[in-house]
Amino acid sequence: MSILESKINTHSPEYLANREAMEAVVADLRGLSETIKKGGGEKAQQKHLSRGKLLPRERVQQLLDPGSPFLEVGQLAAHEVYGEDVPAAGVIAGIGRIHGLECMVVANDATVKGGSYYPLTVKKHLRAQTIAEQNNLPCVYLVDSGGANLPRQDDVFPDREHFGRIFFNQANMSAKGIPQIAVVMGSCTAGGAYIPAMADESIIVKEQGTIFLAGPPLVKAATGEVVTAEELGGADVHCRTSGVADHYAENDEHALQLARNAVKRLNRKKLIQTDVVAPLPPRYDPSEIYGVVPPDLKTPYDVREVIARVVDDSEFDEFKALYGTTLVCGYARIWGIPVGIVANNGVLFSESSLKGAHFVELCAQRKIPLVFLQNITGFMVGRKYESEGIARNGAKMVTAVACAQVPKVTVITGGSFGAGNYGMCGRAYDPRFMFMWPNARISVMGGEQAAGVLAQIKKDNMERVGETWPEAEEKAFKQPIFDTYEAQGHPYYASARLWDDGVIDPAQTRDVLGLSISAALNAPIPETRFGVFRM
Amino acid sequence: MTKKTLFKKVLIANRGEIACRVIRTLKRLDIETIAIYSDADRQAQHVLLADEAYWIGPSSASESYLNMDRIFDVVEKSGADAIHPGYGFLSENANFARRCEAHNVVLIGPPASAMVAMGSKAQAKLLMAKADVPLVPGYHGDNQEPEFLLEQAKSIGFPVLLKASLGGGGKGMRLVHAAADFVESLAACKREAKASFGDDHVLIEKYVIQPRHVEIQVFADTHGNAVYLFERDCSIQRRHQKVVEEAPAPNLDEATRKAMGEAAVRAAKAIGYVGAGTIEFLLSATGDFYFMEMNPRLQVEHPVTEMITGQDLVEWQVRVAEGLPLPMQQDQLGMNGHAIEVRIYAEDPENEFLPSTGTIHYLGTPDQTENVRIDSGVVQGDEISVFYDPMIAKLITWDVNRERAIHRMERALTQYHIAGLKTNIGFLQSVVGNDAFKDADLSTHFIDDHHGELAFDSVGATARDYILAALYISLSSSEQTSQHEPWNSLTGWQVNSFNAQKFVFKGEEENIQVLLSVSGDSVSAQCGDLCLVVQGEVQGNELVVSGDYSGRVTAFVQGEQVALFRDGKSVRLEQYSYKHSAADETSGGHLKAPMNGRIVNVSVKPGQSVEEGDLLITVEAMKMEHAIRSVRAGVVKTVFFEQGSLVNEGDELIELELDEEE
Repeated sequence: MSILESKINTHSPEYLANREAMEAVVADLRGLSETIKKGGGEKAQQKHLSRGKLLPRERVQQLLDPGSPFLEVGQLAAHEVYGEDVPAAGVIAGIGRIHGLECMVVANDATVKGGSYYPLTVKKHLRAQTIAEQNNLPCVYLVDSGGANLPRQDDVFPDREHFGRIFFNQANMSAKGIPQIAVVMGSCTAGGAYIPAMADESIIVKEQGTIFLAGPPLVKAATGEVVTAEELGGADVHCRTSGVADHYAENDEHALQLARNAVKRLNRKKLIQTDVVAPLPPRYDPSEIYGVVPPDLKTPYDVREVIARVVDDSEFDEFKALYGTTLVCGYARIWGIPVGIVANNGVLFSESSLKGAHFVELCAQRKIPLVFLQNITGFMVGRKYESEGIARNGAKMVTAVACAQVPKVTVITGGSFGAGNYGMCGRAYDPRFMFMWPNARISVMGGEQAAGVLAQIKKDNMERVGETWPEAEEKAFKQPIFDTYEAQGHPYYASARLWDDGVIDPAQTRDVLGLSISAALNAPIPETRFGVFRM
Repeated sequence: MTKKTLFKKVLIANRGEIACRVIRTLKRLDIETIAIYSDADRQAQHVLLADEAYWIGPSSASESYLNMDRIFDVVEKSGADAIHPGYGFLSENANFARRCEAHNVVLIGPPASAMVAMGSKAQAKLLMAKADVPLVPGYHGDNQEPEFLLEQAKSIGFPVLLKASLGGGGKGMRLVHAAADFVESLAACKREAKASFGDDHVLIEKYVIQPRHVEIQVFADTHGNAVYLFERDCSIQRRHQKVVEEAPAPNLDEATRKAMGEAAVRAAKAIGYVGAGTIEFLLSATGDFYFMEMNPRLQVEHPVTEMITGQDLVEWQVRVAEGLPLPMQQDQLGMNGHAIEVRIYAEDPENEFLPSTGTIHYLGTPDQTENVRIDSGVVQGDEISVFYDPMIAKLITWDVNRERAIHRMERALTQYHIAGLKTNIGFLQSVVGNDAFKDADLSTHFIDDHHGELAFDSVGATARDYILAALYISLSSSEQTSQHEPWNSLTGWQVNSFNAQKFVFKGEEENIQVLLSVSGDSVSAQCGDLCLVVQGEVQGNELVVSGDYSGRVTAFVQGEQVALFRDGKSVRLEQYSYKHSAADETSGGHLKAPMNGRIVNVSVKPGQSVEEGDLLITVEAMKMEHAIRSVRAGVVKTVFFEQGSLVNEGDELIELELDEEE
């Protein structure tokens, strides 16, 4: 047993200051989260309710098992992106349990711009489908959407990763035996009509759900035919005549029960082939992470203090503890599930890269899920390091991470800068899930460095022509660059654009990881074949 | 009959608690036990407890426990040398007693002749009068002269009751308080009698004020000995059903006790009685007592006698039947302390004590100690069926005096937890907790007199109850997880928020919501205006709560139903869950059986038009008839059962095509 022993004094001024700073950002995050959960706001919700419909979050709750956790993804999607409020990008997505099976639920929020698809709505829907596909999770779509956001059709309709991809995914997931269930609880127009039509099984709510390729106004314009929405594509039409829907629901509650029944009949079972044991809580309260992590990303701290507050019993068997010490690697369990943890504890050197590559290889070989705790300014730079081949060694780690087929979950706990992001399994490396702490920052390099680099280039050019640059001007030049980097590197900015699956309260890290990895175990862990390692 | 035969094998011709109770004593006496059972009782406790068990027929008692041929078949097969009949069923059947003699098997009970002697009330009274056992004074003769009758009334002593000789059911009955009113009342009574029964003959009986039901336990052997094991007060009755029984009778002086005991012994001896018997007396407020009837069997309430005498009456019965002399003489018998018994029934006090049949989903009982005794024949999971008496258990408490015994009973009742069917526990609590009962202000009118103070209605759920129920469900569901997965354990987990779980219960008018949000160890629970911050822990069926509310409650969840036992009260709650039924819109026309029972009458035929409130069908359960009436005018479409059919609760009995509502 190697139990991590915390060296943190929870009464020290540093701890208390850290905690205060983190509490502030977490409070802000929680407040934002609460606002987003209110969807399109009081008025839109009342209008929705007056139609006899349940609010989308209530629908999700009734669809899920009582008390089921809900691992929501992309909660901050579209936050301050469009110059108008589109909370959660108008669609709620997340994993929850239905009859004991973890399912991906995608629920349109008709109180947000009628549930229409903004570009980020599409991106979020596709991201939810990707999670479902990678982790072999049945999909339940609670459809209540007017379809594509017409003013933004160029960013919604034509491209590979646009609207059409939703149906491509449905077809291909269905082909892989990943169930696709649609519940039509409102409009389902045009392209949207394909969601129930492409589903394995579909349910439609009487007098609420409509499915048609063209709504009454378009029909009238095209052919002059005058027809009501209900006559054109209501539940009676589709359950009795067209066969587009399979189950007729009296109301939302009934529809959700039918959807639950549909999942119950899937004849699926989660088969875990990993050595899962009874979980033990960490010996240190996870919320102490607040006091462990300094507000300034440049202030170093020992990442083991975080690990001690995330893993079962704070037990951590460290690998190569004495070698390449700026990367901490080791075995632990989270919620009883064995994991390999790769955590930054400083800048990456050649040794730490080699150690990381080795450890990732081990975990891939043993089919142990990987957790990356990313807090990295980058690989070490400078002549000494370039000459000893840090690019070559960094590439080994990147190759290992890129190819490892075990479930990978990344949490950005601090900085995510430059190539460090790659080696530590950034978004491009297909982690099954990726989350960010509210104190973290993500960009190609830090704002100060970027401003410094750009200023240096400009200064060099000026000096070449014999000009001088007053310090005040240089500062004025650097400030907007710094500000832009700061804004764009902010977790809300990142999460709004779905560069990750959500910004999370650091105190919930253990639970988020537990739920994510457990959900990932729904898919068998494949064998890994690595590419060529540059030796 | 003085020959001695020590029994090796005894057949218990009964079921339920009494069969179990008899078997326990027989086992202690090292006598092999043979149970019999009907279809309904295949897994019953008496069957599991006995050494051997034989099936004797279908569930209905007439085809099983009353079927003598089958029982004697079992006697043959098993080689039993005696039968214990328990109470009810064949226990007072003289024909059965005679057939036992013919089959050369000993009936543990009185001889047939004694049963016959006490079977006819009129004959019994004659015998008792001869034996100098006091009867209710009265005049039953032919002389109807008003002057003569007045004289009779005076000698009986006012108040008196005038009754039509042919009357019954209270008709033509008149209470006369004083001689001055007699002639006028007599005339009125005669007019009524004439009008109602075509005969103006009346009889006079003494009217006993504040009567108590006090009965004497007697025992007689085949050697001519007879003793009394003191009295039991069974005054607390509801429609002649005993509700609470106790021994000794409160405030009974030694002289009266002795007089009653000796009268009872004389009664037993007068009819050549053998075994356990009970002489029921009416005890007046003035201390006079009058013979009512004799029960030639072991009584339901015998445990209170056992508790105060320290004797095992079943053992006595066995020894007497074996031909041995009584184990004790009168002067060796004594009383010690006070014992109280209540009968816990599956019945609905809110609904005129209708039997409540069904499965006992949860059964939690107080611990049995020297102060608390439970005689029961059912365990959790058993069914209280329509076929037999719906008694669940007898709960008996003992202590050095009545006050303490009552206290023990109040405590024990709060610990008696039953879910799945309705019980009279709350009602019993209100009886034994009633001040008049505690003051021993007893009479057979007690329940009527104190009607307003007794609890007939079920206890309504409070906001706190909903919170406790939600907390229990929440904590026990995470406790029950067999798999160690976060998906099982992280109840109500959400991103960037406290773990929150919503529970919806059915309320009287609208659904009631409980919101639980977990933060660390404590739960903040909200129901309406009530918000409690508590810490909770579930231990089995117990929820231990501390914080804004501290206490222990017991809970049981069966599907949507939640039974909560708190503050000694049982509260039923129901979780809301959407249920879709295609028949929802038309359920008015689909009439369902209110309980398990038998169709005794079908009043309508398909095609027949009916008005609102018309009688359609009659279901009998537990000797009570339940009328199924039309909810609206309409036409009978289908009748699904015929007379004599057995139906289960919820079975559709009749389908109506209802007229459109105006």
